[in-house]
Amino acid sequence: MREIMIDIRNLVKKVFIGSPNELQILKNITMTVYKGEFVSIVGASGSGKTTLMNVIGVLDRPTSGEYLLDGKPMQKKSDNELSDIRNKKIGFVFQTFNLIPRNSALKNVELPMLYAGLNRQQRLQKAKELLELVGMLERMYHLPNELSGGEKQRVAISRALANDPAIILADEPTGALDSATGRVVMDLFHKVHETRGTTVVLVTHNHELAEETERIITLKDGSIVDEKTNPNYRTFTMKRGEMNAFH
Amino acid sequence: MLFIENIVLALSALQVNKMRAFLTMTGIVIGIASVIAIVCIGNSLTASITTTMESMGANTIIVSIRERGGNEFDGGPRMPGISAATPEESDLLTDEDLETFIARFSDRIETISLSHGVGSGKAQEGRLYANVSVTGVNAGYAKANNLELLAGRFIAAKDIKGVKKVAVVSDRLINNIFSAGTDPLGREVKIYSDRIETYTIVGVYKYEASAFAPSSASEKDTLTHFYIPISLAKQDAVMKNYQVFTVITKTGVDAALFTREIEEYFAKVYENNAKWEAGVMNMESAISNMTSMLGTVSIAVAVIAAISLLVGGIGVMNIMLVSVTERTREIGTRKALGARSSYIKAQFIVEAVIICVIGGVIGIVLGLLLGALGANLLGFPATASPAVIAISVSVTILIGIFFGYYPANKAAKLDPIEALRYE
Repeated sequence: MREIMIDIRNLVKKVFIGSPNELQILKNITMTVYKGEFVSIVGASGSGKTTLMNVIGVLDRPTSGEYLLDGKPMQKKSDNELSDIRNKKIGFVFQTFNLIPRNSALKNVELPMLYAGLNRQQRLQKAKELLELVGMLERMYHLPNELSGGEKQRVAISRALANDPAIILADEPTGALDSATGRVVMDLFHKVHETRGTTVVLVTHNHELAEETERIITLKDGSIVDEKTNPNYRTFTMKRGEMNAFH
Repeated sequence: MLFIENIVLALSALQVNKMRAFLTMTGIVIGIASVIAIVCIGNSLTASITTTMESMGANTIIVSIRERGGNEFDGGPRMPGISAATPEESDLLTDEDLETFIARFSDRIETISLSHGVGSGKAQEGRLYANVSVTGVNAGYAKANNLELLAGRFIAAKDIKGVKKVAVVSDRLINNIFSAGTDPLGREVKIYSDRIETYTIVGVYKYEASAFAPSSASEKDTLTHFYIPISLAKQDAVMKNYQVFTVITKTGVDAALFTREIEEYFAKVYENNAKWEAGVMNMESAISNMTSMLGTVSIAVAVIAAISLLVGGIGVMNIMLVSVTERTREIGTRKALGARSSYIKAQFIVEAVIICVIGGVIGIVLGLLLGALGANLLGFPATASPAVIAISVSVTILIGIFFGYYPANKAAKLDPIEALRYE
């Protein structure tokens, strides 16, 4: 039996509660993500996938329902506890990269470790390792606006990995990139997933990208309308393996 | 650890908008600079006044005839040129009045000092010259003004009685017009003003620059007093009687108490004079008056500085609010990466404090420069005490915390989802 990483039961998220515009964004969602799984959540814009990702990333609190992260209920956690969970358990990758513009690539990767209370030496060493992992070590002193989109996203991925999180939450990580650099970024996610065993949740509206993941959860109007294990996933990893061997 | 990181972060944030940061600081700079400058100048003024007045001594009481209903502080002599009216000869004190006065208080008066300015002129000896201010004095003058005799004697009672053409001159004058080694005593010196007068030198006093008459001129051109018997000086004066004289009390006399007694004495003398009265002032009370006057000025400047700091603080708050809005997305990202609200708050408060402290330091430097300049003009270099500087720095830190708190709190309370969505 595989261990469960994300366990969501009957989750409801409403906004503008009590006002005439009250809106139910997530309707009775129940889903499970196992440890070490690479899952994608797909759906058209407005389907609630970003809100679901925010709830999974404990940036947002559900209106009702249960959410257990790594076996622990999230409902009653204080704001500071949720900050610490985001810091240590979760790594965010955004469509728009969200690097701190005034800080070098290195400083950006150090940031989560700074919040975690690591000393300078530890931060520096780990940040360099992670930048090497994404192939950005030579450009570590560059500011975000001196980097291309793909490079920014690679820095963002190494920042997401800073405190060895259990989950990587990626919201349209290739949405702002052309297909070639998008490919590089997706390969990085596979590499992280395969070599580090990190659980990866990819939120996208792009079915082609979803086809690369183990399981595809489809959202529509705030409900899960489809959930299937991807039969092509094995083949895909094998193909990637062959490609890597070929290169 | 986080604290140092916050400082580095704040500095890098300020570097992005140097001009804006600088403009934000100006209110703080002006506030702190004005406080420091006025403290410097105040210290200098106090030092200069007290040294000058202390040299006159606490046992000095000045009596002056002034117009009734004057509102000048505590019975002091009217500032020259301020008085609108001119007294008649009969309103002033005669030699007899003074003699009666001295006789009445002979147990407590050591001497009185009289002087009468004649005008300036030039002492000439061959091609050499010295600028002088001819002043008629009595024997008590030297004592009242702490003159130090280097040779000979001062103007004596017999010179005054005999209206003798003798003079006591400064060492500067001697150096300027006589060759070194000459014994000046008994020498004659010619004074050129609107006419030429010849005096015999009977004494030499040591010239000292005073705070009220700083010697900006070169040594050669310095104007020094040229003392002659007061009877001689009064010969050509329009007013033969005295408007001002100084009393030197014997040692051990309570000057403040004696001042009041003299006041009562002259109140009686001027009982029947509707227009004029005698003002009596003791040096000690004059010093405390000066000090309290300076205190009032300091309070006024402190109020101006406080307003300037308040406005500066509001400016800092305003720019911090702008900064929070500009960096909404950054704040959202930081929160997503696990920054606690308290950390975001600390980051913005530190930034506000840094703006204020940099402004404060610039203000201190500027204030010290202005203060040094002002103090130099007054002739008594003085600087603000380290305590004042320490207080200024503390005040700027407090301003930063106070005015940075609201924007920082706003940043800390931002909803991370809203913040990440912000364009």
